[in-house]
Amino acid sequence: MTNNDKIRWIAKPAVWVLCLMPLVWLGWLVINQDLSANPAEFMNRYLGEWALRILWVALAVTPLKILTGWKQAVRFRRLLGLFAFFYVTLHVSSYVVVDQYFDWLEIWNDIIKRVYITVGMVALVILVLLAGTSWGAMVKRLGGKNWTRLHKGVYIAGVCAAIHFFMMRKGFQIEPLVYAGILAALFGTRLGPVLQKRKARKSAA
Amino acid sequence: MLIRHARAADVLPSEITPHSTFLKRREFLRAAAATGAIAGLGPFMLSNPAVAGAKLPNIQKSKWTADSLGKDDKLTPFDDVKSYNNFYEFGTGKGDPAKNAHTLKPKPWTVVVDGAVERPGRYDFDDLIKGHALEERVYRFRCVEAWSMVIPWVGIPLASIIKRLGPTSGAKYVAFETLVDTEQMPGQKFSVLQWPYREGLRMDEAMNPLTLMATGVYGEEMPNQNGAPIRLVTPWKYGFKSIKSIVRISFTEKQPPTSWNMSASREYGFYSNVNPLVRHPRWSQAKERRLGGPTNIFGFSPKRPTLMFNGYEEEVAGLYKDMDLARYF
Repeated sequence: MTNNDKIRWIAKPAVWVLCLMPLVWLGWLVINQDLSANPAEFMNRYLGEWALRILWVALAVTPLKILTGWKQAVRFRRLLGLFAFFYVTLHVSSYVVVDQYFDWLEIWNDIIKRVYITVGMVALVILVLLAGTSWGAMVKRLGGKNWTRLHKGVYIAGVCAAIHFFMMRKGFQIEPLVYAGILAALFGTRLGPVLQKRKARKSAA
Repeated sequence: MLIRHARAADVLPSEITPHSTFLKRREFLRAAAATGAIAGLGPFMLSNPAVAGAKLPNIQKSKWTADSLGKDDKLTPFDDVKSYNNFYEFGTGKGDPAKNAHTLKPKPWTVVVDGAVERPGRYDFDDLIKGHALEERVYRFRCVEAWSMVIPWVGIPLASIIKRLGPTSGAKYVAFETLVDTEQMPGQKFSVLQWPYREGLRMDEAMNPLTLMATGVYGEEMPNQNGAPIRLVTPWKYGFKSIKSIVRISFTEKQPPTSWNMSASREYGFYSNVNPLVRHPRWSQAKERRLGGPTNIFGFSPKRPTLMFNGYEEEVAGLYKDMDLARYF
């Protein structure tokens, strides 16, 4: 079996299974009516936390490539990014359907009056744009440079998601700071190659 | 219309096991057995406050009964009351207090009374409540997070306790503090809020007939996660005003600092009266989700409109008639 085959037939299906497990677990909790006294809130927070985690894993792919030199890692980036988007969609749906029950006026009020929701919506819009341009034909249509620039928007989405999470919690809570710290570290690993490229350009000039 | 005269021998509505709790009895026993096994102390299992509380004797009925509430205000199952709590001293998750509050030791308990009062001192819990009859009060409970419950508290009107303590003319406010002890309350190792948890009421709010010092719920001793052994209940205010596990009662001249106001003054005011008309920076307060009521297959219940003063307008509106409620929120 070639490495290509291994990725296609073993590694990627494994990622599919792992990424679907939170949903399967949620289904199990629904069947057992084990969603706490406030199922609407529980589901929304659960889906949001998994969206965040999978987005962080997607953002860890490039650092993984940088630290290990494993170039094939980038083949998992789109799959992970789309799974993060999938959970984000479920998280937002639970807010629109269960929390607000399609009360669009209330939802609009939330977006403009509650900063943490404004920030969350910015992240959502970015991820929608990325999901909507995630397949090969779009790279051709936008042109490689533009496509790459657009998809760097995932960094902004990550920062917005971290802020959304921190502001959503009441009082001063550590957990959102841990997520922010991990994000900062993931960004930090990208600095190495970026700074090297700049040095190379300067010395070539 | 059937006029029902309650007799002393009648079973209190709070004594009737809610059907949903009855259905979960096996899980309850499993959880109790697991807790007992983990504690490793078989004989102590029954007295573990986080699992099963002792029945409180001689509970008198008050005018706030389950029947006095409308059909839209059914009792929230005891299981939900005990397992869904905001008590950050034991962790910030809703299920954390039920899981972690077993380290709290509600007996023996001391409450310090000080400030502008004739009979200050360190009161044993038993001395503080001695001589006062225990009443059952079934109140709506509305969290600022826009969820709500209907809870059959057992306790003593704060007004009776205050009268006994004898506040002087300098006492314009009553301030409360929760225990600080990182061994008993491991969540206090994190500065989510500035510990101790602080709350306060204006004197007339404290003396209002609704204000209750609760020592139990559903006819039993207060579970640790609900604020054992003694907590405040002010049903017309957002739930965070109902401070738990009280160790200090102070009579003050100036408005006392309160924990959530110290954390985010734009969001949590001193009064924090339930008010669907006052916009909150985080959530609209116009609607709330009643927990424990009828749900669809996913377990969701639709939101309902929030009532002014949580439906206690008649009893408390007079306290605020000259106050701008949007300014003094």
